[in-house]
Amino acid sequence: MSEIRPLKLSGLEPLVIFPESNFINVGERTNVAGSRKFLRLIKEEKYDEALEVAREQVENGAQIIDVNMDDGLIEGKEAMVKFLNLVVAEPDISRVPIMIDSSKWEIIEAGLQVVQGKCVVNSISLKEGEEEFISHANKIRRYGAAVIVMAFDEVGQADNYERRIEIAKRSYDILVNKVKFPPEDIIFDLNIFPVGTGMDEHKRNAIDFIEGARWVKQNLPHCSVSGGVSNVSFSFRGNNPVREAMHSVFLYHAIKAGMNIGIVNPSMLEVYDEIPKDLLEHVEDVILDRRDDATERLLDFAENVVGRKKENKIDLSWREKPLQDRITHALVKGVDAYILEDIEQARIEAEKPLDVIEGPLMIGMNVVGDLFGSGKMFLPQVVKSARVMKKAVAHLLPYIEADKSNKRQSAGRILMATVKGDVHDIGKNIVSVVLGCNNYEIIDLGVMVPPEKIIETAKKENVDVIGLSGLITPSLDEMVFLAKEMERQDFSVPLLIGGATTSKAHTAVKIDPQYKHAVAHVNDASRAVTVVGDLLKDSTREKYKNDLKVQYDEFRKNFSKRSKVKSFLSIQEARENKFQIDWDKTQITKPAKLGIQVIEDFDLHKLVDYIDWSPFFRSWDLHGRYPDILKDEIVGEQAQSLFDDAQVLLQRILDEKLLKAKAIFGLFEANTVNHDDIEVKFKQDSVEKTAIFRTLRQQLKKHGDQPNFALADFISPKESGINDYIGCFCVTTGFGTQELAAKFEKDHDDYNSIMIKALADRLAEAFAEYLHKEVRTQHWGYASDESLSNEELIKEVYKGIRPAPGYPACPDHLEKITIWEILQVKEKIGVELTESLAMWPAASVSGYYFANPEARYFGLGKIKEDQVRDFANRKGIEYKKAEKWLNPNIAD
Amino acid sequence: MSKIEELLSQKILILDGAMGTMLQEYKFSEEDFRGKRFTDWPVSLKGNNDLLSITQPEAIATIHRKYFDAGADIVETNTFSGTTIAMGDYQMEELVYELNYESARIAKKAAEEVTAENPQKPRFVVGAMGPTNKTASMSPDVNDPGFRAISFEELKVAYKQQAKALIDGGVDVLLVETVFDTLNAKAALFAIDELKEELNVDIPVMVSGTITDASGRTLSGQTAEAFLISISHIPLLSIGFNCALGAKQLTPHLEAVARNTEFGVSAYPNAGLPNAFGEYDQDAQEMSNQIREYLEKGLVNILGGCCGTTPSHIKAIAEIAKDYQPRKLKRTLQTQSI
Repeated sequence: MSEIRPLKLSGLEPLVIFPESNFINVGERTNVAGSRKFLRLIKEEKYDEALEVAREQVENGAQIIDVNMDDGLIEGKEAMVKFLNLVVAEPDISRVPIMIDSSKWEIIEAGLQVVQGKCVVNSISLKEGEEEFISHANKIRRYGAAVIVMAFDEVGQADNYERRIEIAKRSYDILVNKVKFPPEDIIFDLNIFPVGTGMDEHKRNAIDFIEGARWVKQNLPHCSVSGGVSNVSFSFRGNNPVREAMHSVFLYHAIKAGMNIGIVNPSMLEVYDEIPKDLLEHVEDVILDRRDDATERLLDFAENVVGRKKENKIDLSWREKPLQDRITHALVKGVDAYILEDIEQARIEAEKPLDVIEGPLMIGMNVVGDLFGSGKMFLPQVVKSARVMKKAVAHLLPYIEADKSNKRQSAGRILMATVKGDVHDIGKNIVSVVLGCNNYEIIDLGVMVPPEKIIETAKKENVDVIGLSGLITPSLDEMVFLAKEMERQDFSVPLLIGGATTSKAHTAVKIDPQYKHAVAHVNDASRAVTVVGDLLKDSTREKYKNDLKVQYDEFRKNFSKRSKVKSFLSIQEARENKFQIDWDKTQITKPAKLGIQVIEDFDLHKLVDYIDWSPFFRSWDLHGRYPDILKDEIVGEQAQSLFDDAQVLLQRILDEKLLKAKAIFGLFEANTVNHDDIEVKFKQDSVEKTAIFRTLRQQLKKHGDQPNFALADFISPKESGINDYIGCFCVTTGFGTQELAAKFEKDHDDYNSIMIKALADRLAEAFAEYLHKEVRTQHWGYASDESLSNEELIKEVYKGIRPAPGYPACPDHLEKITIWEILQVKEKIGVELTESLAMWPAASVSGYYFANPEARYFGLGKIKEDQVRDFANRKGIEYKKAEKWLNPNIAD
Repeated sequence: MSKIEELLSQKILILDGAMGTMLQEYKFSEEDFRGKRFTDWPVSLKGNNDLLSITQPEAIATIHRKYFDAGADIVETNTFSGTTIAMGDYQMEELVYELNYESARIAKKAAEEVTAENPQKPRFVVGAMGPTNKTASMSPDVNDPGFRAISFEELKVAYKQQAKALIDGGVDVLLVETVFDTLNAKAALFAIDELKEELNVDIPVMVSGTITDASGRTLSGQTAEAFLISISHIPLLSIGFNCALGAKQLTPHLEAVARNTEFGVSAYPNAGLPNAFGEYDQDAQEMSNQIREYLEKGLVNILGGCCGTTPSHIKAIAEIAKDYQPRKLKRTLQTQSI
């Protein structure tokens, strides 16, 4: 049996069970026979809460969820279909495979018809004879599911070792030989019955199962063995410590024998190694039937075992976070269990109930939009987010309506339609829901809507906005046509454009010019609300429209400038078009002190004034410029509270010296050689050495007399005979971050753990800024008379530049290695480079100093293969290696 | 074992490119779509490309011929929307059998003619079965996630009808394609498996899914491997991906499938990603250069093109594919005879 045929199942994600895989745990809480709570929820049709039970299972680690609706008072088929349809709409749950559990075939089949993944059917058996067994197995194969086969036949349920193997063998042979059922898709349930009942015929129940499992695994190739574990301890109900020990002991032995799947309640399981020795011995005596008086002994012993309650572990740490984070979390995860509580709190804190929608909920939905846009969330999740949003809004509505001060009519009427010839409407529906959540009245005309109907309805219903959607290419022309019609018929309402094939470019170039009123390209649901709000609110309408028009106009101009296919120069031609500095006239200052300097234990207080706070807010998804952001209409409050928290932690860092700042920098003689390389002379251990920085040159064909820049252009060429200089540096404020973050994490304070990292990053940037200034004004001294405000520093109005490898002017990270060699960064200040050339600690900055007044920041843009080859040759590395590192910059 | 299954382990088979892209060039008007027979049809028929097999059969035959001439071993029938479900938009449910049968016949005739000209290179026809315009495991109504616009049973019936007509019309292979909801595909496979038993025919089946976007999942949320597992219960000639992505973006998903299946692997990507105007402007050279990666990694057995590809793309792909061995098949494929 050399061939391995794993059992493969799927939800949204695969579950592949190899012979050597760990035990697969099936969640059993969504079983009306096993959970009274679940039964009650289904009976009362509380499907939302029933879904939470399923979600909890998966969060608790269930790798498959068993769903069973067999109860006399439930319409089993209907309940199964309804519940499964809801489950598959929840990606957090449906990522795992589903076990469709019923004793009624019609319920099983109905379940199989609504689940896309490969399920497990639980179960079929020979109970009603071969004919029915074969017919069901055939259908299951056709539906593409695995199957649990119960050890049950026409005579009855297998209750000893011989019967177990007899029925298993017979079932296996029929399935594999007659039905051609894949053997790896067969799972045997060999019946786990209680032990310790006091009856002699039950004594071998556990051991017979275990031995049966061993036989099946050895004799029936590729199949699996499963069972419901809690049965085994049935007679010890009420004594959980004993039951937990029994489950563990049973599993320990059954798994060794080959049982690889099971229905186990993880909270009813003790760790085998942690079972007290004496209890273990008594339990094993019973499970393995090791002595005649085993049951009596365990019963006696059990009375001494004190029950203790275990807690369910679900990650609720998000509940501790600030309100906005909670709301955002609930929206992103689509969890509505706490949303009303949170929204109520937000409502009490807010000035007007409407602010809750426009503030916290919108911030949350923007996060959803960002995640969706970057491919980190997918469609069903976004829909779920919209549902949570809806619940929140529903809660707020009565308050909003009662709030007379804030007279609130519907925020506006929006016509939504998928254009003629197009049937795709999922995106449009999401936008509709999200807008609906935000108090807009939606008139949804559906799909394939002819332009006449859109125009006619828009007039009749007097709508405030028209939203068009489309996914296929020809829809773009339809949209252009509609824009023309709206113009011709003197419309003035804003036109929204969305859908997968639409783009800002197409909207700007083709649609916007057709209509003199507002046209806005909105490609994700969460942005739609903001855009529509800005388009309709009196205070913003005119400005927003004009901004849009200007934006699209600029876009058009740039677009027409852009030649259809980007053209590139060869590296040779690009070099001929290099940036020219008149070396005889330009200013070159010899550094006041050449060589390397190290700064240890720098006083962090000096850096505070150099911090650029805007990126700090960006790292928290709050967009805007500091300090304006603190007064921002939407995020201001959140920004202020974040800023306050940051100040508290920053003060602690300073007072308690929690972070260490170190730096190293060097100033050296240098000249450009062979156009693009910079030759650097430096001393190491009193030995004169040279190193070469390889720079990359822009290759995109430029308009007019724009040069093709490379950093090497800012250093005088060797052949000019003029001495020039270059600097390089590394600063860090990261030592200590890791320890602090870990400490916060231990206290479940993720907020501060992220905060410390964000602050360390800001301090490192501030240090780089500070050091650059020191270099300009003192160590190099080429700008000794400089006097710039912090704001001017951030705007980079100073002379000279400090580009960093990995950033636009020099995206190649490899040059960091050269900097590390020259400065001996690792040896001197301890900052290391990872395999992928990231700096460790993370809060570090390294780069070059160029002093020439003409030196400027630029973006390399895309380069071509010829330069990559040339670069590889110059650097003496394999082409493949160069290609790997430069890949993001290589033109397609 | 059928001829095409034998060829699968000997060479990389070339599938055709886009039908829609080629038809766009004809700029057919509403009248052209209607032909004489449907002059008085109550709804607009423009855009019903499948109908052209009846009203403009010459155009369809010509396009098949162009793809064969470009080097395709296999062409797809013009039946992407040939189910009662998708034809509901045009009130043409009753015509479904005829549409599929005629499309199959046109393609088969073209294949036979070309094969007769060069018997060394036999040509094949696959019956294209599209995803329909409804999803069995997703709700079209966000407020009612438990709602379904179509059931498994309805899909099964519709697909069975389509498959029957395609087989009657003479296709060599059935292709369940552009799968964005796996449950729809499972209904199609269920129907085909039943049909094979009922007709006692043994026709190879291909499945081609669609990874919608950067999330790397199907529209219904499955990863490539989960998708593969969900449809591997029926013996397949090949499994792979088409549409939505360009050749380059498809590579990781093909690798995921190639690593984990014993079936053949197919890929027919779009001509790149659409540009800002929804046009596919990747040229044949660039596309075939990107496809070279599949070949060097030994990922595929069947190659072709989807949206935006033309005979020149297929020619370029055939040109580079002929120098490479197909992906090695671990086991000889066995179709199941019942």
